[in-house]
Amino acid sequence: MLQKIYDWIDERIDITPIWRDIADHEVPEHVNPAHHFSAFVYCFGGLTFFVVVIQILSGMFLTMYYVPDIENAWKSVYYLQTEVAHGQIVRGMHHWGASVVIVMLLLHTLRVFFQGAYKKPRELNWMVGVLIFFVMLGLGFTGYLLPWDNKAYFATQVGLEIADQVPLIGPELKTLLAGDPEIVGAQTLTRFFAIHVFFLPGALFALLAVHFILIRRQGISGPL
Amino acid sequence: MSEDKQQVSRRQFLNYTLTGVGGFMAAGILAPMLRMAIDPVLKPSKSGEFVNVGLAVEDITTTPQRIDWKVDQVDGWYESKVGRAAWVYKDENGDIIALSPICKHLGCVVSWEGSEQFPNQFYCPCHDGRYTKDGVNVPNTPPTAPLDTYQQKVENGMLYLGKAVPRKGA
Repeated sequence: MLQKIYDWIDERIDITPIWRDIADHEVPEHVNPAHHFSAFVYCFGGLTFFVVVIQILSGMFLTMYYVPDIENAWKSVYYLQTEVAHGQIVRGMHHWGASVVIVMLLLHTLRVFFQGAYKKPRELNWMVGVLIFFVMLGLGFTGYLLPWDNKAYFATQVGLEIADQVPLIGPELKTLLAGDPEIVGAQTLTRFFAIHVFFLPGALFALLAVHFILIRRQGISGPL
Repeated sequence: MSEDKQQVSRRQFLNYTLTGVGGFMAAGILAPMLRMAIDPVLKPSKSGEFVNVGLAVEDITTTPQRIDWKVDQVDGWYESKVGRAAWVYKDENGDIIALSPICKHLGCVVSWEGSEQFPNQFYCPCHDGRYTKDGVNVPNTPPTAPLDTYQQKVENGMLYLGKAVPRKGA
């Protein structure tokens, strides 16, 4: 049955070559942990992506209950945590996953750095990777505010003060982030929500696409 | 290696194992999310709580009177008071009847003798829907079912109403 559906589509739009390009490629021996166990260090990039997928999925489901509004944000999170079946688990996945992403990303960066895999011709991909790192930090920073509890509020207060210290454009940058020159409140929360669920994920998808296309074009760097 | 030992090739075995492990992981990730998403469907429906509508039984006449009251509504994390209304009267046996004013055609609000043309009937101004006093829809008018009746009970001489329950069509 599945084979028939696949054949029907393949006959018309010839998807097999596309599928081959994506999935069918050699894994060099030196990156295969089955050959050399130490090659597990090559898994950190993939693990980062794996956790990112979990973050995207759990985040999508969390927005079914979350409201980015100062009256209701905390209440909706509390409701999700206490009343909704498995709500605690899904929010837990998003909460802990956020930290795991950063850890995996750092390990991946360290591997690339110490193996010198960023060197010519892969400098561009290193730069894209650094941009991904900044986007991830942005996601962590904006997501931290969303539960709208005391920890979230004062962490954001601190973050905005840091933005305020930027030379020349500091105060403007802070206002741009917070939505108001003085208040950390209703407008800050909606802004952070929009940045967290639309702008940064959009940027992340684009950067990840470039990151993956480049690694496929250039191949994995050779053995040490 | 003999032929009969090759029932599952190495490649097949790896495919099965990887698909199995991958499927298990995907299921482990997706199951809580899906369970959370479908939670509203699986929540047990709240049984209608009876609310004192502020009407003494002795004040109920044989003429339908409209009463309005408020119920506490819990909508997820949002709690509010929402209005309810009913047309209440005593029938010839002395039983209390409490009818929902929501028209069974398209949900407008009906009123007793709402049109001078149709005395002794409930009338819906939206599409001229009509119901007899017992709430049964008049044939050849838009409504297709009788008005809902409220679950009711009497305590200390006061009327308590619960949920509006649909009746079988006439």
